[in-house]
Amino acid sequence: MDYLTYFIIVPLLTVFGIVLCKNDKQVKWTAVIGMSIQLILAAALVFMYLAERKAGNMAEFLFYHDYMWYPALNIRYTIGVDGISVAMVALTSVIIFTGIFASWEVTNLHKEFFISLILLATGVFGFFICVDLFTMFLFYELAVIPMYLLIGIWGTGPKEYSAMKLTLMLMGGSALLLVGLIGLYFNSAPGGGALTFNLIEISKVQIPMEAQRFLFPMTFVGFGILGALFPLHTWSPDGHSSAPTAVSMLHAGVLLKLGRYGAFRVAMFLMPEAAHELGWIFLILTTISVVYGAFGAIQQKDLKYINAYSSVSHCGLVLFALLMMNKTAMDGAIMQMVSHGIMTALFFALIGMIYGRTHTRIIDEMGGLMRVIPFLGVAYVIAGLASLGLPGFSGFVAEMTIFVGSWQHVDTFHRVATIIACSSIVITAVYILRVIGILLLGPVRFDWYNQLTDARWYEKLSVGFLIVCIAGIGIAPLWLSNMIGDSLVPVVEKLNMISFIR
Amino acid sequence: MGDFNFSYCVWIPLIPLFSFLILGLFGNKFKEKLTGILGTLALGIIFALSLYTAYEYFFVHGLVNGTYQKIIAINVTWLQFTDKLHINMGVLLDPISVMMLVVVTTVSFMVHLYSIGYMKGERGVERYFAFLSLFTFSMLGLVIATNIFQMYIFWELVGVSSYLLIGFYYQKPSAVAASKKAFIVTRFADLGFLIGILILSFITGTFDFITLTDPAGEAIHRGAEIGFMGMSVMTWAMLLIFMGGAGKSAMFPLHIWLPDAMEGPTPVSALIHAATMVVAGVYLVARLFPIFHFSAQPALNIIAYVGGFTSLFAAVIACTQLDIKRVLAFSTLSQIGYMMLALGVSGYGSHDGLGFMASNFHLFTHAMFKALLFLGAGAIIHAVHSNYMNEMGGLRKHLPITHATFLIACLTIAGLYPLSGFFSKDEILAAAFHKDKLLFAVEYCVAGLTAFYMFRLYFVVFWGKDTQYHHKPHEAPFTMTIPLMFLAIASVFAGFIPFSELVTSDSIPFEGEIDWMIAIPSIAVGLLGILIAMIMYRKENNYPARMAATLKYLYRWSFNKFYIDEIYLFITKKIIFRYIARPVAWFDRHMVDGTMNGIAGMTNVISFRIRGLQSGQLQKYGFVFITGALALALVFIYLWTK
Repeated sequence: MDYLTYFIIVPLLTVFGIVLCKNDKQVKWTAVIGMSIQLILAAALVFMYLAERKAGNMAEFLFYHDYMWYPALNIRYTIGVDGISVAMVALTSVIIFTGIFASWEVTNLHKEFFISLILLATGVFGFFICVDLFTMFLFYELAVIPMYLLIGIWGTGPKEYSAMKLTLMLMGGSALLLVGLIGLYFNSAPGGGALTFNLIEISKVQIPMEAQRFLFPMTFVGFGILGALFPLHTWSPDGHSSAPTAVSMLHAGVLLKLGRYGAFRVAMFLMPEAAHELGWIFLILTTISVVYGAFGAIQQKDLKYINAYSSVSHCGLVLFALLMMNKTAMDGAIMQMVSHGIMTALFFALIGMIYGRTHTRIIDEMGGLMRVIPFLGVAYVIAGLASLGLPGFSGFVAEMTIFVGSWQHVDTFHRVATIIACSSIVITAVYILRVIGILLLGPVRFDWYNQLTDARWYEKLSVGFLIVCIAGIGIAPLWLSNMIGDSLVPVVEKLNMISFIR
Repeated sequence: MGDFNFSYCVWIPLIPLFSFLILGLFGNKFKEKLTGILGTLALGIIFALSLYTAYEYFFVHGLVNGTYQKIIAINVTWLQFTDKLHINMGVLLDPISVMMLVVVTTVSFMVHLYSIGYMKGERGVERYFAFLSLFTFSMLGLVIATNIFQMYIFWELVGVSSYLLIGFYYQKPSAVAASKKAFIVTRFADLGFLIGILILSFITGTFDFITLTDPAGEAIHRGAEIGFMGMSVMTWAMLLIFMGGAGKSAMFPLHIWLPDAMEGPTPVSALIHAATMVVAGVYLVARLFPIFHFSAQPALNIIAYVGGFTSLFAAVIACTQLDIKRVLAFSTLSQIGYMMLALGVSGYGSHDGLGFMASNFHLFTHAMFKALLFLGAGAIIHAVHSNYMNEMGGLRKHLPITHATFLIACLTIAGLYPLSGFFSKDEILAAAFHKDKLLFAVEYCVAGLTAFYMFRLYFVVFWGKDTQYHHKPHEAPFTMTIPLMFLAIASVFAGFIPFSELVTSDSIPFEGEIDWMIAIPSIAVGLLGILIAMIMYRKENNYPARMAATLKYLYRWSFNKFYIDEIYLFITKKIIFRYIARPVAWFDRHMVDGTMNGIAGMTNVISFRIRGLQSGQLQKYGFVFITGALALALVFIYLWTK
């Protein structure tokens, strides 16, 4: 069997194992073992990928396999990875691994909880390794359904409302997306011949401009909703705030990236002409969302809302950089996806842990926590500093790559957009330090805080692992940057060819 | 330079980094005393290494054919942006970086040693020493940066170490607020720095300092002809970069964070907010000086005036403050203004570059005597448990060593011959005299004011009324007095270092001399300041009160720091929080999200309305069916017959 399929088999086997488990403990450990294997697989994949590239394998997608699935419509199970998907797979495995530990204290229906969680992860893994648009879509839908259950059943606050809102908005996105994908399918062979869903095949043909004008917004917005594109981001604050910890982590950490990845891989890669023609509209929207999200976060009181708006801002930067359409900025965009993924997962994990102790997420109702739970406090400060782009953490590397890349455009429009986006580094500092100041520093707010216990071993493991990842990328970014950069070459060439012809 | 290998210099920043990691991760398992000794030991090693490097560089290997070489000891690619632009991490040795190595390690070592005594018994000593090590690492990384992006990286890191140390007493709300303010104000300035770097690197295609600042090179002259809003693009870039420097060096109007930063432990104020980090802005301008001089003259003029104004402005405020650390903070502002001004009026090459040399000279001497002043203030605060000078008096009997060293420092900052402050200040005045008479006059006033406010502080604290203390004040332990004495010796003798033969704008040594025509009046002005302070504050009397009453408005404005803080508060609290952030949050919840909920609500309403049609009653369905069929038939008949 080919290597990539293990990424789907292992979670499915884990789910099967969990079904057979008898008690809470067995469920957890089965999940841990399954996701540890997944993590090792992902780490091995990174090394194998780098080795292949070093050996001179210049194919666009490595570990490529193609199986016919439904011949009547030429739907195939085609898998393969490039540097970008490898980074995404690694990100997903890190987050689901730490997510398991972060949900150690789920009290009711653990079996069902872990089954849904791992099914969700399965969908995400499948999405990232697929090259066939139809199977890709299928895995995407597979990820959305468990999400509804996870929020609706194990959530907090107005969970039914949030779950419904999230699912409906994402389904709306899916509807647009499906139309877009089918449109691509019917335009995949303009010169006659077999229609195909295969990404690589479609990228080789020139899709008619009239079709692109119609299909580009469909796919871009379709994926954009999932990626919290302004003004279609409002499912995200509600969704995050109601979701249980691990789901928030996976959701903000990976699912938002899934939207970005799709927008990049499907919309921009396959329809570069339309990307050039319509990109400016979305560039304006994303520039707004970068600053808007940051300002939105300043006034929020709920920790999860703050982080959700911060995600809108940081993820806005990803789309912003993608739309800059040069190699440096796009490289930064993908790094920002990885970096923000880990960072925000860390944030949500910590918020979950703090909530588990103080039973509130409203910052005004807390204070002085650093003294009583120093491990979590320090970790929160580290997460905050990483989030405001401190050198030595991954966020800085990604943001600087984005800004330097964006600045390579000479025209005033791009320049102004870049300056506005740059200003987010100040606004980010404002809301991060505000939270740290109110939540952690200052005198201990209530006497009963002194009875709080600091992080337990599984919490320390989860948080520590994520911090090591952020710092690792932040201190030695070159390998990641190169791995992503090499895979961007075909995309950038395709985008530049267009501007050259014009 | 020959075959000497300077690559060992990479250990100078790395040793504090390791000490930070060890203390940060395992510090809570060590005994309190051990953490201090460990941190101090690490600093001792790099202090020795830096002195050795300075010796090897200045006296053995650095000077080749009459010019100090720029030596890249080590350089590795850290991150690749485009084909041309990449961030390197490396070690660059040239006169200013070697000088800064000595300054940073000396002061940091002294502060570490001092802190063992000062922080004894405090909660979280291991955290304190870990942060100090982190700061030292970052500052050294900044100093030896080979390219502007490396500098920016460490620039941010010193910013965060400063944030962490100001907020060291994190249970005190004022400390938390001060640390936040310091970080955000400097971050705002760094935004300008970042955009400046983007512009500069886009024009020149490089981050590398040696390529950028080579006067004969190509990079320096690019972008001079492209204009934007009346100035060349290069000027804009350099101005924005200076904005970063102004933020970190607390130049007006970005100075507001520095006085509040005094909430940190006093040794931290000595190290970060007096001697090293706050002069990073001066160092930045010095580092890029050839670009300023050859391609951005207007920016250089602006620097001179910003520096001159800040020095006067801060000196006026320092005369009325009561918190001794704040007096020293404003004094620091004023002295850094001097350094900026010196750079601003400087030319390039040998004697024309007098200002450049003087600025670095003053940076060096100021680091010594200002660190001494702060550490002395720390010893005073340690003894009387108060920051306010109106709660002190007559301390000379209780704290003899502190008193002696503090007096030396005061005399040095007042610029009396032959103390080090005299030499460096004299060179600055000489440089200003040749360039701009107005700035020269301003600096004379500042010299007098400096002597006045320093001796006001000195007389009130050590002479003045005999105050009754709760506990009899004790002289500090020897770990604290040794650094005081060391720095006092350095302050006295540093002036005899022939700076003009070591640190010059074009790295070619020249003969420096003292211009007595300028020096003698400046000593006289200093003495006058001291005299006035003595009359007013040596014994308790009513002169100060009468003075304050006479200059009522000036006094009130000075005491309230010219209300700059209030202006900032208005902008941030009122405008940004109330008129931007809150409406955005409201808009998002009610308009954007409202639309979404509206759509959902509408769907709900419509489905509720049409739900009644699906009643399940056969008669009703039959009725609707027949009515519909008849209606359609009528329509068709009508259309057909027409």
